[in-house]
Amino acid sequence: MKALRQVTGVTAVLDRPDVDTDQIIPKQFLKRIERTGYGEFLFFDWAQDPEFELRRPEYAGAKILIAGRNFGCGSSREHAAWALQDHGFDVVIAPSFGDIFRQNSLNIGLVPVQTDEARDLQRFGGQELTVDLETMEITTPDGRSIPFSLGEHERHCILEGLDEIALTLRHGDEIAAYEARTVAPIDTLALPA
Amino acid sequence: MPKTLFERIWEAHVVRGEPGEPALVFVDLHLVHEVTSPQAFEGLRLGGRAVRRPDLTVATMDHSVPTLPGPIEDPLARAQLEALRANCEEFGIPLFATGSGREGIVHVIGPELGLTQPGMTVVCGDSHTSTHGAFGALAIGIGTSEVEHVLATQTLPQRRPKTLRLHFEGALPLGLTAKDLILGAIGQLGVDGGVGHAIEYTGEAIEALSMEGRMTVCNMSIEAGARAGMIAPDDTTFAYLEGRPGAPQGAAWEQALDRWRSLPSDPGAAYDRTVEIEVSSLKPQVTWGTNPGMVAPVDGAVPDPAAYDDPEERAAVERALEYMALEPGTRIADIHVDRVFIGSCTNSRLEDLRAVAQVVRGKQVHPSVRAMVVPGSAVIKAQAEAEGLDRIFTEAGFEWRRAGCSMCLGMNPDILAPGERCASTSNRNFEGRQGSGGRTHLVSPVTAAATALAGHFVDIRELVPA
Repeated sequence: MKALRQVTGVTAVLDRPDVDTDQIIPKQFLKRIERTGYGEFLFFDWAQDPEFELRRPEYAGAKILIAGRNFGCGSSREHAAWALQDHGFDVVIAPSFGDIFRQNSLNIGLVPVQTDEARDLQRFGGQELTVDLETMEITTPDGRSIPFSLGEHERHCILEGLDEIALTLRHGDEIAAYEARTVAPIDTLALPA
Repeated sequence: MPKTLFERIWEAHVVRGEPGEPALVFVDLHLVHEVTSPQAFEGLRLGGRAVRRPDLTVATMDHSVPTLPGPIEDPLARAQLEALRANCEEFGIPLFATGSGREGIVHVIGPELGLTQPGMTVVCGDSHTSTHGAFGALAIGIGTSEVEHVLATQTLPQRRPKTLRLHFEGALPLGLTAKDLILGAIGQLGVDGGVGHAIEYTGEAIEALSMEGRMTVCNMSIEAGARAGMIAPDDTTFAYLEGRPGAPQGAAWEQALDRWRSLPSDPGAAYDRTVEIEVSSLKPQVTWGTNPGMVAPVDGAVPDPAAYDDPEERAAVERALEYMALEPGTRIADIHVDRVFIGSCTNSRLEDLRAVAQVVRGKQVHPSVRAMVVPGSAVIKAQAEAEGLDRIFTEAGFEWRRAGCSMCLGMNPDILAPGERCASTSNRNFEGRQGSGGRTHLVSPVTAAATALAGHFVDIRELVPA
């Protein structure tokens, strides 16, 4: 996973509530078996509209997205988080997130920052914000610092770019002990063909 | 200390729980399909890792498969399905491939095979995994990185969700279905009302539902944003499971029953939140907007954005009505449709198909409507054909297809054309979900059936004999 300590970059604003992952990356792009190359298809259907917010010239090269509440609701497709990251975003700031999208983002090092200040921060669209994972603060162009929270474990994983699977495999003995003391309720290998 | 069903399952599955860290939760059943798995298998290969428990894993093909016979023409879909086949072979995972006679929508075949059982933890790289909660299981939809994690370790790091008891007061009126119940609930709760929570559905109306109905309810938990949705197991659950290929047999069955009977929440168990919903006055539900919470009773009308005080909500409703090409105040019953889709992991089981057949038997689909019925699995297809349901559908003018996700999500040839309006028994009316520019109204199977005949939305209660 990509390690991140601090992100300073242009901020884009998408002020819509309940943006679902079908919009972030429409279904026709889910047939690819690769993990990269989704950035150009980000918000594909909405981006056909010349007036679409994220097409504004002042948002070019944006690294931080400010979104509305319940951003990333719906489908579990991690392709949505891949597309945002591949497009150049390192951080999404929103009042709230869909649970699966939030976890998918954490797992690839796309930082989901949940804060009630998200709406107020929209006025910095087109300007640079700094999001610092060490101090857990957002710094605005007018010099304000806005604290945010993230689970300590999640923060540590992103700061260090840790492989969550390797972390879990360190506890392989505990998994084996669990398996030894429980009886598996099923055996899919024994199903009739 | 009284415990909830959720707490019992959670506590029984925590392999490791350190303060401040997500718990490491053991996974009893991992369901795999072609769309969210190829990158996970590739990750295993790159890391030189094996699948820890192929015996707790099963794969099927559903999202990208065409529902008409013949070769798969889309080269990307073909490559994706081929990748699943190769990955399952390489990693030793049992696969119910297209044509095996056991294939179907992942959330239909898990229960059908008897693999989904009370008290289990179930995961799948699909948000509608919540379906399996109908059996009193903790079932969580996950992303591809998590799929890889579960394949490699059979565990999932999880922050413990909060609990939400969604209690339904009263009995469902005649003609009303599980779909109306859950659409009405999402309308009240909102599409983010369940975020961060595992929902337990309770009440007389839930207890009276068949397993098929319970699956419909739990299936749409994610449409309220919930991590999971679940229903206490009871005799209805056990009767459904008994004799299925993956279910315990003989003495093991009796032991399982004892275990399962101890799972339901204790009286007085505490939930983080409780919401009560009255259902005895519920009406058939039809969505009018672009998320499942934008819903109205069939005898109601499309809302006026001006009636919304919150500017954000008003803008969202305006945008939804523009996309849906609907005028405020239009009566739901006056909305005409071009297509009707009966299928998906929400409503494609035998009970759904029987209910549809009852409505359409001996009648004709309206000439302006193209309608299709897509069974949830190859087994359901065979059962329906044995009962003659396929003849009833085709004689009424419905297309009868092979099993798959079909038009629920437009990843296969079954899609809406731009501007087409569809009454659909699926779970999402998001913009473009069923095809770019397509307009989706979510309804129950019987409402969809009656709508196919009339060409516009119909109050199913008018068809119910008094």
